[in-house]
Amino acid sequence: MATTIQVTDLNQGYGKTTVLSDINLTVTAGEILALIGPSGAGKTTLVSTIMGMLRPKSGTVRVLDTAVPNRALLAKIGYMAQTDALYTTLTARENLHFFGTMMGVPRAQQDQQMAHAAAVVNLDHDLDKAVADYSGGMKRRLSLAIALLADPPLLILDEPTVGIDPELRQQIWQELHRLADAGKTILLTTHVMEDAEEADELMMIRGGVAIAQGTPAKLLAEYQVPTIEDVFLKAGRVQDAHTRND
Amino acid sequence: MRTRGMIKRVMTEMLRDKRTLALMFVAPLLILTLIYFLFQSSGSTTATLAVKNVDSTLQTALKNDNLKLKATTSDDSAKRIIRQHDYAGMLVQKGDKLTLTLANDDQTKATIIKSSLQAAQIKLKTKAAGAALQAQAKAIKQLSTALAAATKAAGITPATPQAGTAQAAGSTTYQTKTHYLYGDKDSTFFDTLLPILMSFIVFFFVFLISGIALLRERTTGTLYRLLATPVRRGEIITGYLTGYGLFAVIQTLLIVVFTMYAFKIQILGSIWLVILINLLLAMLALTMGLFISTFAGSEFQMVQFIPVVVIPQIFFSGIIPVVTMPGWLQAIAHIMPLYYGAGAMSQVVEKGAGLSAIWPDLLVMLAFAAVFLLLNVQTMKKYRQV
Repeated sequence: MATTIQVTDLNQGYGKTTVLSDINLTVTAGEILALIGPSGAGKTTLVSTIMGMLRPKSGTVRVLDTAVPNRALLAKIGYMAQTDALYTTLTARENLHFFGTMMGVPRAQQDQQMAHAAAVVNLDHDLDKAVADYSGGMKRRLSLAIALLADPPLLILDEPTVGIDPELRQQIWQELHRLADAGKTILLTTHVMEDAEEADELMMIRGGVAIAQGTPAKLLAEYQVPTIEDVFLKAGRVQDAHTRND
Repeated sequence: MRTRGMIKRVMTEMLRDKRTLALMFVAPLLILTLIYFLFQSSGSTTATLAVKNVDSTLQTALKNDNLKLKATTSDDSAKRIIRQHDYAGMLVQKGDKLTLTLANDDQTKATIIKSSLQAAQIKLKTKAAGAALQAQAKAIKQLSTALAAATKAAGITPATPQAGTAQAAGSTTYQTKTHYLYGDKDSTFFDTLLPILMSFIVFFFVFLISGIALLRERTTGTLYRLLATPVRRGEIITGYLTGYGLFAVIQTLLIVVFTMYAFKIQILGSIWLVILINLLLAMLALTMGLFISTFAGSEFQMVQFIPVVVIPQIFFSGIIPVVTMPGWLQAIAHIMPLYYGAGAMSQVVEKGAGLSAIWPDLLVMLAFAAVFLLLNVQTMKKYRQV
């Protein structure tokens, strides 16, 4: 299978502060990778680096066989930011049109792709409302629709399930699995363990370091615990023990 | 295509925001109307001057439309009388010595009194000179009649005395007819102020609105989200530039049409030049606003930049003539973008200057805008490094 994301020996930071150290990561096409970790662990920094918003301090990042950073590459990445970055005075439709244009979706295809993306997140009946009148969950769904809009081969979703009710969460996961089956690569960050269980591959980050990596089944077996949450806690304790020994 | 998308978004956002629209289009007209009437009334200031023991000839000479005389016999001090009756000043005569006390709380009134006194002095002097000449002429006439009688007796034909000339010289009154190079007799300070205000209003509103718009993009995360698409930084700036530039042009047209029809003020130069200047100013204000917004953490902080960045520009925009300033202040004037914009605008509106006269100003403004444009593209690197 083709490699979509290849991160090798990545160190990232600004000034003298190190945010990420020695990150190695490979994601193949059709795979869903979940980055798990507490707030401030460096998940968003890793995502920003993979997207090419930040230049790697050292190490290499290749996405879709292109060295990152690369501006044109961003057209192939559907991004959902952690905070809902929406124009609240505009309607949902206007937001979708605008970001569609920015992503370079041809005008002729915009309406059709917009209808599809809106249907996935159950917003097709509220498209002409101003985003200011949207609830928190609706805004989250609109952000996801914007990420799906250009039908990109790689989706990067930063905390996609925050503020979304369980029913819709399940629907979204169904759609994500369907997209993955169609060969799309999905990278998402989360601190919700239920999300982690849905992913094909996990990467646990704590304090800028990858403390555990592998499929959920492999990790459960390796750490001999019943849940993913326990894996995370145990791996964290192991990390703390190591640091103390250092 | 992306630039067009940016322009469309900037304009739709602006059109949705009714209050900002009203601020941009109605507020300037309100301010201009207010200033117009404020400067209309300033021509009819009258000062009241208390007079004590002043010769009636001097009193008549002092009288004019802007000065009212109030005779007083009170023995109170001048200070007291002025305070009590709220006079602008008091004139006391003792023998041939005049003492003038001015309240000086209103410099316009003090100036009226001073100039009235000067005018009265000149009037009285010429009158005295005239009277002296008349007396002389009379004496000459008497002398010549006596001479004639004497010469007649001696049998000599006398030369005709030209008595009339002296008298004519004494009573000559000059008639002044004033021609105005720019404006007419009804011109007030408002005519000087109008072009400066026209450029300042465009500068101020575009600076504030665009600065806050980009700031909002930064704080809500839409700028980051936007840069996560393959859009070029230049395309974002161009979108902003064109979108707000269009609003600036509409604002300029509105102000021009309003001043032409409501105040009957003729714009001597080409309306196209007026639009061109304001378009350049809008560009400058926009690039400055976008750049300054980098240093603001909130809308409130953006407003705090107004006294630092915008207000000083007013002082150097021509309201106070820059040529009368000391050298170091003139140097500061030359780094103020509005100095060039308002300067060019005054040239076009008041003096009908053409492109050949104002192109250096336009060029400087373009250079300013280019510098800020580059700075903007650079600061956006903070968000996306390619």
